Amino acid sequence: MTERAQQEPLVEYAKTLLAQLESGDAVEAMQTIASLHKARDQYLFQEVGKLTRSLHESIKNFSIDASKAGSAMHDEMSRMQDASQRLNYVIEKTEQAANKTMDMVENTIPVSSQLGDRARELKPEWQRLMRREMKPEEFRLLTREMDNFLDMAAHETSKIDSNLSNILLAQDFQDLTGQVIKRVIQLVQEVEESLVHLVRMAGAIDEITGTKHDIPEKIVDTSLPNIGPEGPIINPDKRNDVVAGQDDVDALLSSLGF
Amino acid sequence: MNKNMKILIVDDFSTMRRIIKNLLRDLGFTNTQEADDGSSALPLLKASDFDFLITDWNMPGMTGIDLLKAVRSDDKLKSLPVLMVTAEAKREQIIEAAQAGVNGYVVKPFTAQALKEKIEKIFERVDA
Repeated sequence: MTERAQQEPLVEYAKTLLAQLESGDAVEAMQTIASLHKARDQYLFQEVGKLTRSLHESIKNFSIDASKAGSAMHDEMSRMQDASQRLNYVIEKTEQAANKTMDMVENTIPVSSQLGDRARELKPEWQRLMRREMKPEEFRLLTREMDNFLDMAAHETSKIDSNLSNILLAQDFQDLTGQVIKRVIQLVQEVEESLVHLVRMAGAIDEITGTKHDIPEKIVDTSLPNIGPEGPIINPDKRNDVVAGQDDVDALLSSLGF
Repeated sequence: MNKNMKILIVDDFSTMRRIIKNLLRDLGFTNTQEADDGSSALPLLKASDFDFLITDWNMPGMTGIDLLKAVRSDDKLKSLPVLMVTAEAKREQIIEAAQAGVNGYVVKPFTAQALKEKIEKIFERVDA
C-alpha cells in the first residue's frame, strides 16, 4: 500500500467532517472525529510497524547480534570483531616484515664493512706493487693475501645477495595486508550506510509520531583546533594546522627562538 | 660529544625502537636502553644516570609530552637533554613541546641525516 493510499481514509473523513460541520450536524461530526482518530491510529500503527521491521533488518545487517554479545559459547564472531582481528593481522605482518628486513640489514652491514676494510688494507700494498716497489718475498705474501681476499669477496658477496633477496621477499606482506585492509574499508563503508539508514528511519518515526527530542545544540565546537595526539597526518597538503616536514618544524622552532 | 653516553629510547613500537637504535649505532652510540612508554621510562630514568632521552609522543599509558613534563619537573632529571621523534605534526603540538622544554623535535618519517643533525645540535648547545 502506498503512503497516499494509506492516507486516503484520513482525507475522506476530513472531507465528511467539514461537510457535517458546515451543515451543523454536530452529533454526526463527533462520530466522524472518532473515526478519524481511529484511522489516524491505524495509519500510525502501520507506519511504525513498517519502520520497525526495516529497523530490525538494518540491525540484523549490522551483524551485531545482541544475544551473542558477551556470550563465549558462540564461536561465530561479529564482523566487527573480525575486522579488529584483521587489523591486528596487519600489525603483526608489517612488524614481522620490518623485523625480518632489519635482521637481514644487521646481518649484511658487518659483511660489507669487512669487505671494504679488507680492500682498503690491501690497496696501499697493491699500489706499492704497481709502483714496482715490492721485494719478491713481499710480493709472494701479497699474492697470497690477494688470493684470500678474492675468495672471501666471492663468498661474502653471495651472502649479501642472499640477504638482499630475503629483504625483497619480506615485502610480500604488502599484498596480504592490502587485501585485508580493503575488506575492512568495505565493512566500514557498509556500516556507515547502515547508520545513515538507521538515522533516516528514526527521523521518519519521529516525524509521523510527532515526537520531539530535547537534544542540545552542537556540544562539540569543531572549529576549535584538535590538540591531542593524532598520529601521522595523512593529508598535510589539505591542512593548515600541521607542518609538512622537518624543514617546517625547524622553521617553526627557530621562530620560537630555538 | 661523548660516544659512550647512555641513551634511553622510548617508543611503543619495537620496530621503531630498533630503527633508532641502529641509526644511533651507525653514529657511534652503542650504550642504549629501551622503554615502551612514559610510565616504564620514568622509573628507568630515575634509577639510572642517562645522558640523553629520545622519545615518541603518542604512546599508550604515559605519552611522550607527559614524560617530558615529568622529566622537567624532577630535580634530578630536569636538565636531561630530550629529543622528540614523533609522527605528531600539528603546530600546536610542536609549540607545546617547545614550551615544555624539549631540546629537539624530529617528525616521522625522518632520515638518518635529520636525526644526526638534531643530536649534534643538541650536544653542541649542552657542551657549550
